[in-house]
This record gives sequence, C-alpha cells and structure tokens, in this order.
Amino acid sequence: MKTKDQTLTVSIDRFDGTSHYQTTHDVPTRDNQTVLDVVTWIQQHDDPTLSYRFACRVGMCGSCAMNINGEPKWSCRTHVSKVVDAGSALRISPLRNMPILRDLSVDMTPFFDKWTQAVGYFVPTQTKDDPLPAIKSDDRDRAKANQSIECINCGICYSACDVVAANDAYLGPAALNRAWTLVNDERDGGAKERLEAVSSDAGCHNCHSQHGCSTYCPNLLAPATSIAGLKRQTLLNLLPWGSHDD
Amino acid sequence: MIDARLYLLQRLTAIAMLPLIATHLILMIVAINGGLTAEEILGRTQGSVGWALFYGSFVIFAAIHGAIGFRTIAYEWLIPNIRICSVASFGLLIVLIGLGLRAVYAVIVL
Amino acid sequence: MKHRSHPLWKAFVVHRISGLALALFLPVHFFVLGLALEGAESLNAALKFSELPFVKSAEVLLVLLLAVHLLGGIRILILELTQLSWDQRILNRSAFSLSVVIAGIFLWSAV
Repeated sequence: MKTKDQTLTVSIDRFDGTSHYQTTHDVPTRDNQTVLDVVTWIQQHDDPTLSYRFACRVGMCGSCAMNINGEPKWSCRTHVSKVVDAGSALRISPLRNMPILRDLSVDMTPFFDKWTQAVGYFVPTQTKDDPLPAIKSDDRDRAKANQSIECINCGICYSACDVVAANDAYLGPAALNRAWTLVNDERDGGAKERLEAVSSDAGCHNCHSQHGCSTYCPNLLAPATSIAGLKRQTLLNLLPWGSHDD
Repeated sequence: MIDARLYLLQRLTAIAMLPLIATHLILMIVAINGGLTAEEILGRTQGSVGWALFYGSFVIFAAIHGAIGFRTIAYEWLIPNIRICSVASFGLLIVLIGLGLRAVYAVIVL
Repeated sequence: MKHRSHPLWKAFVVHRISGLALALFLPVHFFVLGLALEGAESLNAALKFSELPFVKSAEVLLVLLLAVHLLGGIRILILELTQLSWDQRILNRSAFSLSVVIAGIFLWSAV
C-alpha cells in the first residue's frame, strides 16, 4: 500500500454556475482511501468551495455518486487503489445526463420527475382495514420483481445510459426498473396506467439493450432485464391474443 | 422517440426476415460459385411465383425495418427533431419499396 | 467514454452500424438488379464490375454485415422477447464468430 508521504494527483471538473473549468489537487495518499475521502480532503484542506454530496459514507444512501475516471460509481465505495494505477491521476466529474448545479452536485429533479412519469409509485387497491394479502416468496410474479428491488435512486444507471444521453425525454433505467417491480406487485392497481406510460415515445422501447445500467448498478440490479420484461409485457398487451407475460 | 407500436413493427419485421435472410445468405454462397451472370439469376427467378413472393415480401419487410431503424439513428446521432427524422425515414421507406419492387419486377416478370 | 468499454455496448454499435450500412446499400443493390429491365446485357455489365477486387471485397464485407446483423438481431430478440437467461456476452461472442465464419465461406466460394 501507499505510504503517507506519497501524493495523488486529482483533477476535478468544476462548474461555478456560469463557467466550466478544471482544478487539480495533490492529495496525500492513505491506506484504504476512498474517492470520497479524497474529495473530502480537497474540500477541507485545499479548496473549501468544492461542492459535492454525501451522507452515509457506507454505500447505503446513494448520494455520493460521481464519475470516477469516466465511470459512474459511488465515491464512498470506490477505493482509490482500485481505480488508479501507480503514477496515474484520478479524474472526477459529476454524473452525466443531469444539469450540474455546482461542481460535483447535479440537479436530480428530472431523474425523479421521470419516476413519477413512469408511474413508479405504488397504487393501492385496498385500505388499512383490509387483511394483508399473503405473497409467498416463491410466487412467480414476486420472483420476477425480486431481482429489481433494492434500488436506492442513486442515479448511476441514469448517468451510465447512452439512450438518456441521446434523448432527454427517455424515462431511463431507474424509473423503468421501478415500474417493472410494480407491474409484478399483485397488491398494486396501477398496471394499466403504468404500462401505457412506459409504452409512450419516451418509454421502455427506446432502450437499445446496451447494458450500461446493469454493468454499473452498484447494488447489482439488472435494469436492462427489467426493461426487457416491460417490453414483453407491453407488447403482449398490444397483441390481440395476449394479456400476460408467460 | 419510438413508441410501442413502431417497436413492435420493427421486431415483427425482424422475425419475419429471419428465414428470408438465412435463405439469402445460403443462396449467395451457392450462386457466387463460379461467378455471377445475369442468365443464372434470371434463369432462377423469371416467371417464378415463389421467388416473387419471397423477394417481394423481403423488400417490404426490409424497407419497414430499415426505415424505423434509420429514424432512431437519425434522431439520436444526427438531428434531435422527431418530425424531420420521421419525414426522412418515410422518404427512405418509399425509396426502398419503390426501387425494391422495381428490382423484383425486373428479375421476375421480364 | 470509459463507461462504453463493455462488450454489450460494442455489440450495440456493431448492430447499429451494420444496419445503417445495409439500409444505405439496399438502394444500390436494387438499382443494379433493376438493370435487368434493360435486358440481360446491362445486368451482366454491372455484374462484371463486381469482379473487380475492390468490389468483391466490398461484397464480402456486406455479407459479413448481413450475418452480423442477423445473428446479433437474434441475440437481441432472445434478450428482449424471451425469458431465457442465457449469458448475453457468450451469445454475443458466438454471433460475431459465426458471422466471420459465414463471411469466410462466402469469400472462399467467391474466389
């Protein structure tokens, strides 16, 4: 491992509200140092104006996502030693596909708006007075939703997606992945509206199965597989003879 | 950009073309042996209802499939204006169907 | 750009470029066959042109593009329209390898 007197050259893509520029910093290396440690060191010792987001520091909240040497990752779960070879530099930039507010902080409003657009919210069919439906863990629909839950809305898949980059309106992997879990939730009553929303010209059919989302999801979800599921489900609804994904 | 119906049309034409393309590939490999001549091509195709249906449907499926693909590529890589891309891809559809059916007519009927 | 350095992103580009090239080639292909309207001699003249090494290589490339687009397309249909969870990276590599074999057989038959 690196010793204390070594330094790492870090360049950061900056934005101050009007202009884009780059700053470079020499950061002392430490054992088991994460990229979030590096960014925090820079803000505390070198440039207090550096803006970035974090909260939990342990890969649970999803707020510290950024582009690290060109790949979207959680900075708190990315060890410097894993992304920087001896003698090379570290380059940090904000997530793609969202407006930059300042430096490494992006405006995630469009990302969350698309969750709503995709009807990525639970539509209840019962009240609290009704008995809870028992869903067995090996239920077929539950199994299909299984691999898509645990999304924490970090925006990494959205940043990795080149279809979003090419088409502002595209709902993107996170919202569609959420829609897929709900389509398979038998307690949910919003299927019709949701399948219409994801069949629009901003919907799941824009996906080119590039698998950027599934490649980079830090929670190892497979949004591309969920989107393929939505494609099948929506097509079955278009065909006169089909109504369910079998 | 692309909605469920256009997507379905593109996938259906793709599926329909699977056996057609496989046949076309095999035929090309067989026919290129010893060089291509007009007599050889026309000898196979002229007056054949089967080949007329084969190539006629192939042209139409390929034109639809290609035009939808072109529309997406044009939007994502060239001009992010869906109206312009739709008009251009419709133009491509007409050109492909027009020239394609003319070619089928040429090798079957004459 | 490093986010694009995985096999399925490259497969997407190959599928898109091959499809685009085929769509742009089709009018030429149809035009040449349409020459039969002017009689077998016109078509033969055009076919003779295809004996040139440069044109012949272009033909092999087109066969490769068609095979790549067909087999890559089958991979996409399996991924999107079936629930088979076959390894897409293996399918992708197989599709590309088989395409090269098909283009190779065409080249071998053509010379």
